[in-house]
Amino acid sequence: MSELRVQGVTMTYEGADGQPVRALENINFSMNQDDIVTVLGPSGCGKSTLLNIIAGFLNPTSGRVFIDDREIAGPGPDRGMVFQHGALFEWLTVGENVSFGPRMAGIDATSRLASVDELLQLVGLAGFRDTPIYNLSGGMQQRVALARCLANNPDVILMDEPLGALDALTREKMQTLVLKLWQETQKMVFLITHSVEEAIFLGSRLLVMAPRPGHVVKEFRLPFAAAGLSADPREIKSSREFIAVREEILEMIWSMEEQH
Amino acid sequence: MSQSNVRKTRSWLLFWRGSDKGLAKCKTVTFGDPAAVEGGAIYGVLSVLTVGIVWQLVAMAQIVPPLFWPSPGAVFDKFIQIATEGYKGFNLFEHLGISLYRVMAGFGLGCLFGIPVGLGMGLNRFIKGWMDPLIEFYRPVPPLAYVPLVIIWMGIGDGGKVLLLFLATFSIIVISARAGVASVAIQKIHAAYSLGASRWQVLRHVILVNALPEIFTGMRVAMGVCWGTLVAAEMVAATSGVGWMVLNASRYLNTDIVLMGVILMGVVGFLIDMCMRKLEQKLIPWKGKGRG
Repeated sequence: MSELRVQGVTMTYEGADGQPVRALENINFSMNQDDIVTVLGPSGCGKSTLLNIIAGFLNPTSGRVFIDDREIAGPGPDRGMVFQHGALFEWLTVGENVSFGPRMAGIDATSRLASVDELLQLVGLAGFRDTPIYNLSGGMQQRVALARCLANNPDVILMDEPLGALDALTREKMQTLVLKLWQETQKMVFLITHSVEEAIFLGSRLLVMAPRPGHVVKEFRLPFAAAGLSADPREIKSSREFIAVREEILEMIWSMEEQH
Repeated sequence: MSQSNVRKTRSWLLFWRGSDKGLAKCKTVTFGDPAAVEGGAIYGVLSVLTVGIVWQLVAMAQIVPPLFWPSPGAVFDKFIQIATEGYKGFNLFEHLGISLYRVMAGFGLGCLFGIPVGLGMGLNRFIKGWMDPLIEFYRPVPPLAYVPLVIIWMGIGDGGKVLLLFLATFSIIVISARAGVASVAIQKIHAAYSLGASRWQVLRHVILVNALPEIFTGMRVAMGVCWGTLVAAEMVAATSGVGWMVLNASRYLNTDIVLMGVILMGVVGFLIDMCMRKLEQKLIPWKGKGRG
């Protein structure tokens, strides 16, 4: 059982106008193997800062982040990253992108090939191993990005608006894929999104954040992610429980906006 | 006619004349649409032919004395003669070879030093701080402006020419390599670190590869500048090379050799650029398609 712990993380830095920006204030939470945590909040609430701290791209002003008992002090292959776009290597094929991590670690080519084919199968890209990245649609590129971070067998997958650049139909299909990967690989998933519906549908836990300073307003524990694969996603999204949560969260976000 | 033959004929027509078929036929706005000027290679052929014919007609009418306006045939005869018998000790291909050797040496050295310096400037504040004023200072100076200095220091031999072309290439390559580093999307670097790459691996597998299209564009520009600079430098001070041959011939009013040399320089310059473009397509097929 791996576990991710965020302890008292605070982030303050000097803004462009010389005034201190309080991006995060005393964030505490932990997640373990069963969790897919989604984070929702208006822009400026610090959710990307939080993700960058967990990924190891930013040092917090104070507080610490642990995976099991290892303290995070920089980026590493135990935390897979999926970005919104632009993070694939367009000079490599689909297969070469997926095997990038193992190749950097010096794992030999034959075992690499076997796992690449399995991963492509898993994300629904079987047969695309030798296709150049630039010949794929946006949705297929995100499938490659998912397979690429899984190739390193990370403890947690961090996703920064992974479906934000996709069209609405592709986005719904990809939500199902994210749930499938979460259930089949048994990995922790930490996902940031702007879409209220997506956050409710994908999160077994949902953190709502508010800005100035960035902090967690409320945490929800939701049943929809666990049911998402066996039931029809559209039925779930139009169920009374789902809509009730959605209205509650929208209410919270609207009131945040009105305060400013 | 079979289906594939029809398709072949169509694409052939499209290339030579440009054709209004498919969706293009339905467009009401063609003025300003880049697709409307595609094809049209036939006009290029006609344009070259017209120039040739006018050249020949003027020569035949003897409006200008042949001494100043030799006919295309006479220029071609000179080409054969110099290719076989040579000019002042070297045959045509030796002159060309000497010129090309100087270009390749200067260009090669410029790339060899320019790429690491440019990458270093893009990656390191210390290197950028030291190199930036020096390069920004000498870059705007036309390479020919330091020919006198190069002659004083290095004489009129090959060394001076190579140094000159090195300087011309170096600044262009440095700037393009630096821009190539600056063009890398930070997500790519973050992704590579998150996939377990070391600093060195990020440099080798992400930053350098990502900069290749820009570096290659710089190399094409530098190659063009080198060829132009060399020919001019050979005209100032040399004892061999295509540029020198042309200048030397002009002293004896051998207009046919001068014309032949000028055409040859143009053709060689064009061929070099074509080779560079082919090489680019082969080595960097992802160029301009980066949205991964």
